[in-house]
Amino acid sequence: MSRFFQLIGRDIRLAFRQGSAITLSLSFFVIVVVLFPLGVGPELAVLARIGPGVLWVAALLACLLTLDRMFQADFEDGSLDLLIIGPMPTEMLVLAKVIAHWLTSVLPLIVIAPVLGLSLNLPGDSIVALTGALLVGTPTLSLIGAVGAALTVGMRRGGVLLSLLILPLYIPVLIFGVAAVDASIAQLSAAPHLLLLGGVSLGALVVGPLAAAAGLRLSLS
Amino acid sequence: MAIDLHKYANPKRFLAITSAIYPWSVWLTVILLLGGLYLSLFVAPPDYQQGDTVRIMFVHVPAAWMALMIYTLMAVSSAVGLIWKHPVADLTAKAAAPIGACFTFLALVTGSLWGQPMWGTFWVWDARLTSMLILLFLYLGYMAIWESFDDPAKAAKAAAILALVGVINIPIIRFSVDWWNTLHQPASVATMDGPKIHTTILIPLLVMGLAYTAFFVMVLIIRVKAEILKRRLRVLQIAELRES
Repeated sequence: MSRFFQLIGRDIRLAFRQGSAITLSLSFFVIVVVLFPLGVGPELAVLARIGPGVLWVAALLACLLTLDRMFQADFEDGSLDLLIIGPMPTEMLVLAKVIAHWLTSVLPLIVIAPVLGLSLNLPGDSIVALTGALLVGTPTLSLIGAVGAALTVGMRRGGVLLSLLILPLYIPVLIFGVAAVDASIAQLSAAPHLLLLGGVSLGALVVGPLAAAAGLRLSLS
Repeated sequence: MAIDLHKYANPKRFLAITSAIYPWSVWLTVILLLGGLYLSLFVAPPDYQQGDTVRIMFVHVPAAWMALMIYTLMAVSSAVGLIWKHPVADLTAKAAAPIGACFTFLALVTGSLWGQPMWGTFWVWDARLTSMLILLFLYLGYMAIWESFDDPAKAAKAAAILALVGVINIPIIRFSVDWWNTLHQPASVATMDGPKIHTTILIPLLVMGLAYTAFFVMVLIIRVKAEILKRRLRVLQIAELRES
């Protein structure tokens, strides 16, 4: 178990010392969200209507942007081979990588999302729902994304293929996530949607590491 | 050489069986398709509201059935290929994917051609249409990953993993899209709760469904045969290169 946490710690340290990884996906997220008011127009009613969807789609894309780095750097310098040969099961290795990816690339987005929500004229209650939905739903993005990242590791243009493979599978998260925020805007309970998101995340927690580990073993064989 | 024999033991049996089935599937396709088209274009009565436009349904609905069935078949044969390392199962999944994508596309196109006179628009973000569109993307992703590996054995495994993850996701996607649709579009456009399907319509529909299935079996056999022969050719070419 200590190896598991060491691996997470190592990945987080690497991400922080390189620095660019976190700020890049964060600024991508902000820029994409800022583009929408410029494209749709500044009417506050329209922005509040499309706000939840815009934030979720931008979070999906920002997450996708960093996914192909999940195994790629370790693959290139050879440490991925060592990690797989090592005593830790590959499934746990994938899980550690997923947690590290979520903490370094997705959590910053969730921290900044309320501010962007305010700028899109979302009411206060729905911003709470938005943050909750992002917290419950985004682990699925990292978990399912790990499958795609494992299958495309070592490919020269894996990033493009990755988006084709993974984005259709993200649709349930997007739908339930936006539904949670919409429900709270309509003064309804967001709980059912959050529960569904949590269910999807738990399902992905089972399937994701298994499939991604199979993919990693395959890509490195 | 021993490994080769072991490898080709199953494909050989497979080729023998499919060669026996193939002529039957061709005849079945021809007869059922002609019969089904005659029944659906001339015998089935025009709908009291939709007129002759309803006949698009006889091409559209079986295509949608096939699209779902072929993905299920792909997932099953992917699982067989992954678990028992059965090379023919991998090839079957690979060969079925483009056919399934074509059926999905056909269902989408005929659906939108039907939608233009009925709904006044080619595309409606209806739950069924949207989930079929997502299914098309899943097919495209599956086909893309087959093309992205140089080594066919690796590609087979990667594609199998993807197909299995996809098939777990399909019910969730379907459910979420239904949910999304009822949330955003309370007044559904396509309410099919008119009169229940009458036998004059049901029989042509079923005949067309069988015709599509026979057609699928026919094309699948051709494609799997081509894949097996392609692999043999590759083995022969490598052997020849080694000798020279």
